[in-house]
Amino acid sequence: MGDQSPFLKIRNLTKMFGTFTALKDISLDVDEGEFICFLGPSGCGKTTFLRAIAGLDIQTSGSIEQAGKDISPLPPAERDFGIVFQSYALFPNLTVFRNIAYGLENAGRSKAEIRKRVAELLDMVGLGDQADKYPAQLSGGQQQRIALARALATSPGLLLLDEPLSALDAKVRTFLRHEIKDLQDKLGITTVMVTHDQEEALTMADRIVVMDHGTIEQVGTPLEIYREPATLFVADFIGEMNQLAAIADAKNHVTIGNHSFVCNEHNKEVGTRGVMTIRPEDVVPQPKNSKNKGSNVITVTIKEMEFLGSFWRATLIDKSLGQQELVADFSINAVSRMSLDEGAVIKVDLPQQSLRFYEARR
Amino acid sequence: MSNTLSTPLKMAPKVKPKAGRDDWVMRAFIIVIGLYLIVTLAFPLYAMLSKSVNTYAFDLSRFEIQINKGQGWSKPTTIAELNQQVKKHKPADLKTSSDGRLSVVDMIEGFSFRSPTLYRLRNTQDGGAFLNGSERVTDTQWHEFTSNKFRRVFLKPVGATGLDNFVQYFSNPSLFNSIFNSLFIAIVSMVITITLAFTFAYAMARSKMRFKGVFKIITMMPILVPSLLPGIALVYLFGNQGIFKFLMGDQTIYGPIGIIAGSVFFTFPHAMIIIQTSLSISDARLYEASDALGASKMKTFFTVTLPGARYGLISAAFVVFNLVITDFGLPKVIGGQFNVLAVDIYKQVIGQQNFEMGAVVSVVLLIPAMLAFTIDRIVQKKQTSQLSARSVPYEPKVNKRFDRIMFTYCAIVGAFILMVLLICQYAALIKFWPYDLSLSLTNYNFDVMDGGGWSSFTNSLKLAVMVSFIGTIVVFTGAYMVEKAPGFGFGRGVFQFLAMLPMAIPGMVLGLAYIFFFNNPDNPLNVIYGTLTIMVICTVTHFYTVTHLTSLTALKQMDKEFESVSASLKQPFYKLFARVTVPVCMPAILDISIYLFVNAMTTVSALIFIYSPDTTLASIAMLNMDDAGDIAPAAAMGMMIFYANATARLIHYLLSKRLYGTTQAWRTR
Repeated sequence: MGDQSPFLKIRNLTKMFGTFTALKDISLDVDEGEFICFLGPSGCGKTTFLRAIAGLDIQTSGSIEQAGKDISPLPPAERDFGIVFQSYALFPNLTVFRNIAYGLENAGRSKAEIRKRVAELLDMVGLGDQADKYPAQLSGGQQQRIALARALATSPGLLLLDEPLSALDAKVRTFLRHEIKDLQDKLGITTVMVTHDQEEALTMADRIVVMDHGTIEQVGTPLEIYREPATLFVADFIGEMNQLAAIADAKNHVTIGNHSFVCNEHNKEVGTRGVMTIRPEDVVPQPKNSKNKGSNVITVTIKEMEFLGSFWRATLIDKSLGQQELVADFSINAVSRMSLDEGAVIKVDLPQQSLRFYEARR
Repeated sequence: MSNTLSTPLKMAPKVKPKAGRDDWVMRAFIIVIGLYLIVTLAFPLYAMLSKSVNTYAFDLSRFEIQINKGQGWSKPTTIAELNQQVKKHKPADLKTSSDGRLSVVDMIEGFSFRSPTLYRLRNTQDGGAFLNGSERVTDTQWHEFTSNKFRRVFLKPVGATGLDNFVQYFSNPSLFNSIFNSLFIAIVSMVITITLAFTFAYAMARSKMRFKGVFKIITMMPILVPSLLPGIALVYLFGNQGIFKFLMGDQTIYGPIGIIAGSVFFTFPHAMIIIQTSLSISDARLYEASDALGASKMKTFFTVTLPGARYGLISAAFVVFNLVITDFGLPKVIGGQFNVLAVDIYKQVIGQQNFEMGAVVSVVLLIPAMLAFTIDRIVQKKQTSQLSARSVPYEPKVNKRFDRIMFTYCAIVGAFILMVLLICQYAALIKFWPYDLSLSLTNYNFDVMDGGGWSSFTNSLKLAVMVSFIGTIVVFTGAYMVEKAPGFGFGRGVFQFLAMLPMAIPGMVLGLAYIFFFNNPDNPLNVIYGTLTIMVICTVTHFYTVTHLTSLTALKQMDKEFESVSASLKQPFYKLFARVTVPVCMPAILDISIYLFVNAMTTVSALIFIYSPDTTLASIAMLNMDDAGDIAPAAAMGMMIFYANATARLIHYLLSKRLYGTTQAWRTR
């Protein structure tokens, strides 16, 4: 990405709550206009990280630069950001209009200017006709959009979203994902969103920051995070993943039971104990008459099949896997074409580029 | 590009957060209101505590005397030697209070103020003191007097710190017996009130009886009158000329029976509210489960109802205990010869001017009050944590027989409460009980009686309005700052402690503490002593805790991110406070103001020590008129307080209702 200096430059951020370390020496660069997601399980430090950027819980040590200015010690009021919380924190006794106008007052704007700006914002979030309602009279999704409009009212340089969609039901959530993303694209505002929902992160973010135990596990595009998880934690946390106990062999080989698989390079010492991973959808069933004799082709028994709507999920076992279960997703097409069924013995290929080896977590 | 930059771990310098303008303003508020509490609470209490360990005794060896009977000056001798020669004072006689003074001439044999003998007196040590007329002499020079002048010379005692006052207290049975008396009436009243109130609350929460609204209003009435009003009613009902005197047999209402009966009356609503709350939060699903398992009604009561309400019961018990043991008005009116701690303080201070002993009794009274308060706080914390958002409120079903029994019970209790009020109103309108029962308004002619006249009633109204107005602002603002100010942990901790303290301090103790602190001539705040201002301050402080807790509860229900949002929009906190916090909390704010108003109208205990002839109050006038034997006017004044409070309550109700219609419109979907 561009070689101009980053919009947000975060260096060695550490946050202590008493003796508990919530953030451990975190560094991150965010470019202007980027949509960044902090993703991780609850308690991983993602909200703490966001609140440090906002100045709501200032870090114990480390620095944050925004647009070239060191903002580390500044209180929220002296920073430049808009924020939307999970609860939306709309002022319940003020109308939608007053909520959005809240930040526009006392800034030298005339009443007419304020009215114009609020109308503009309301149109932007598609709620132009709701100005005189109270928040409690709106649906959750509408409230969420009002909160967004309020946060954007003063045209801040940075938009912070703290689990903005998690209080909504699934359908509204999907819809708003696109709304927010489109709006962000249109405004080009640098955005940091905290979420524990990987689907949300994968669909919305330009880059995802996966966090665990107060540290960053991986930073990358959604595709990188999904296809090339840097650590076993990321592999396990994002999407479905088979994890098979394995022992490292030569630089791109692993052994399970008595079978040696070719996998991506792992650079681990021979004999290292760990796990071999593969996504269920990457397991390729082979036709009965297949000539594929690759070293990653194994013969397995279908122990169970579960219909999941758009595909079948099969549980496979074989002694070449040391009797460990392997989950594979087969398309409906493949299942009917190859008449796969419970009890059948079939060959499957575990493609090299889909196989990764990680050292066991200690 | 590299995303995570691995840098060698070193001890990074700490970021020192810069406090914004809002932070400073909020801290300033906390400090100002905190200082208010320190000056109006911590300092007076300290003054009282130190008073209780101040002992005073005449140290005769600190004075030297010379006598000249016309043949030149005698050798200087100490007064101690003089006293030994004449064997005038025994060592025990030399203990005194801070106001003590000892005549010198009493220790001179054959003294005559007409004799030409001359005297010289001096302090042997710096800081010693004797009085020459009204002039205080503290130097160590010799001072010469004629006989005539010398008879007006008095020695002053030396102050020391020690537990002598406590030793004296506990070696005097007529004093320390009050401890047992106070505990006795508090415990018996507690048991009776809790039993009655629980049954009543149970009827309200678990039956489908009719007129629940009426019962609710009636049970809240005792809150609107001073605690001495039931005492006056009991005099009319069971006193020497009472209507139901024959029911008393050879017992007398003037004593523990009267105190307990009156205490049950005035503590009943307090217990009711707490128990009813704890009953109403119980989970319907538990009852359904109990039903489904085939448990009998009895078993359900003992396994579900009682355990569910146990925190409420314990909390109510301690609140009642505390109210009774610290109450002054009621035992003063109907206690007769039965001494209790709260009245002892009054007797020591007002009757005997023994301030040190008053302070000692205060300290003694503080112990059970503090204990009850602490236990109540612990229990209340548990009660709140017991609440779950998923609980389903219990909805009682119609049960004709049960409902009828409960209705009868509530009707009887309600009738008793009404009877107490009605008898007072009736007595107030009677010409001369029980001889001339014709109606008249002479008892309302307060201006011709002891107690301050009608102006005491207007003073009370003035006080109540001011306390309600100022108190609400101070308390709510203080609570907001404590709840919302970021950082500043130590300051907030101190503030929280000070805000909780008043509830544990009996009114009598606070009032006495105010005398010690504010009536000290060295205190620059001395100017407010004897004014309405000090009474407003005292009352606000006295009722600080409950109002502070109400404010906190309301504030905690606000989204805690409001402040963050407002700050991110670069708006000052006071805009949020005025535009959002106050309007949203308005119902709680109104509750606080009415609570302060009603209490300011009815309180006696703290203010009895600090009122002046210009600032008499209705409740104190009641007490003084009753003391002077004008019981009917006292009853009339008591009912005036009732009507004032009832009116305030009504206004409060209408205001709240209108508020829900206008500014709280957002609450309705």
